[in-house]
Amino acid sequence: MSELPGDLLYTKDHEWLRREDDGTVSIGITDHAQAALGDLVYVELPEVGQDVTEGGDMAVVESVKAASDVYSPIDGIVAAVNDVLADDPETINTEPYDAGWIVKITPSGDIDESALLTPDQYQALLDEEG
Amino acid sequence: MGSKTPLYDKHVEAGARIVDFGGWDMPLHYGSQKEEHHAVRTNAGLFDVSHMTIVDLKGERVRDFLRYLVANDVAKLQDAGKALYTCMLNENGGVIDDLIIYFMTETWFRLVVNAATRDKDLAWIRKQAEAFDVAVNERAELAMIAVQGPNARELAAPCIDSEWRQQALDLKLFTGMEAGDLFVARTGYTGEDGWEILMPAARAPSIWDRLVAGGVAPAGLGARDTLRLEAAMNLYGADMDETISPLEAGLAWTVAWEPADRDFIGRKPLEVTRASPDKRRFVGLLLEDKGVLRNHQRVVVDGVGEGEITSGGFSPTIGRSIALARVPAGDYDSAHVDVRGKLLNVRIVKTPFVRNGQVRIEL
Repeated sequence: MSELPGDLLYTKDHEWLRREDDGTVSIGITDHAQAALGDLVYVELPEVGQDVTEGGDMAVVESVKAASDVYSPIDGIVAAVNDVLADDPETINTEPYDAGWIVKITPSGDIDESALLTPDQYQALLDEEG
Repeated sequence: MGSKTPLYDKHVEAGARIVDFGGWDMPLHYGSQKEEHHAVRTNAGLFDVSHMTIVDLKGERVRDFLRYLVANDVAKLQDAGKALYTCMLNENGGVIDDLIIYFMTETWFRLVVNAATRDKDLAWIRKQAEAFDVAVNERAELAMIAVQGPNARELAAPCIDSEWRQQALDLKLFTGMEAGDLFVARTGYTGEDGWEILMPAARAPSIWDRLVAGGVAPAGLGARDTLRLEAAMNLYGADMDETISPLEAGLAWTVAWEPADRDFIGRKPLEVTRASPDKRRFVGLLLEDKGVLRNHQRVVVDGVGEGEITSGGFSPTIGRSIALARVPAGDYDSAHVDVRGKLLNVRIVKTPFVRNGQVRIEL
């Protein structure tokens, strides 16, 4: 298993968050999640400007095997979606933490980091799940 | 922890993601399901199908027994080794299982049935066999490897003892033969040419190694499913089950109506369904929009009614989503599928979607 990027926050649902310089938060799924899903073939993205709420559905990633919801870890508004994924969903398989980002969200308030996982905490979760 | 085939350690060595399948620990894929799929369409792949149940039937009246037990007619099997695909029906005409029957000798036929239905199949066969004095013998000590793809037979030929090799390469489609302690059949579940090879469990790991060393790609259950879907081959439990007649599962071609006086289990209710103008169609769907069709999604036919996807997924060969679906009777060539509340456009197409490496539908 590759090392987790140290500059990201994580969720129990195997998503990652990166605070961008422009105030938005990029969100994607982790390397563990993409490996579990297998080859991705379709990503259903939200509309830019759409409201998202913590714990609510935000996108759907579909692999050859199954469809899986991506939940928003924060409240906010969709600032951008990764259009590359429309034609090349496998970008999530090859670069889950970089080119494979899914959405950018403008948070509607302060982000409660205590509800999210640090890299160490997420690694511990993965070790637990074996 | 489920049952393990004799090749379990080979799967783990090859980095397989192991999943439960009908109580068996089986490889889902070895890294990329799509690459495994393409390997079978363009070259050759090998599948461990040792979880499948092999049953030998022996007795003087075994042919009579099978003519009663299954909906297709083993009277068609006249040459040694010839295989027949058929459904085994219950008394209501529903499908207990689909299976392949090999004609070995006049007193010995071999069945290959599904793993997930093993217990009920054996119980049913044993119960029906009593009246015919046929011995039912499960061959759990045999392993089974499917080698599939345009180059599969050529690449697997070195695994056959030289004494039998040419004869094995000369096998006609849907025919098998004994080759020493192997049984080799030109059958499969991918829509490609290839062999299914039965062997003593102890030989399976070395044959597996030899095939891999020869350039055959290990392929998991994931690729097996996308390959069979493209080939429009039914999956028991998804496309049909005990509540569904073969006539509403695209399997009418496997029901032998003639001779009319052959009394097979389920015949009478099947004849009622056959005569019904309302019997549902079993069709192929091609998704015209972006997205992926999945099992159990609702099919909406405007002005006609609703049906259901029985097997849906992404077709790696076509690059779009395809499905098999049971839909209402009627004359129409397009429909909608409810995907998470959105009605997507699908076209009804003639199956198979893909056969022998070639896309067979108009895109």
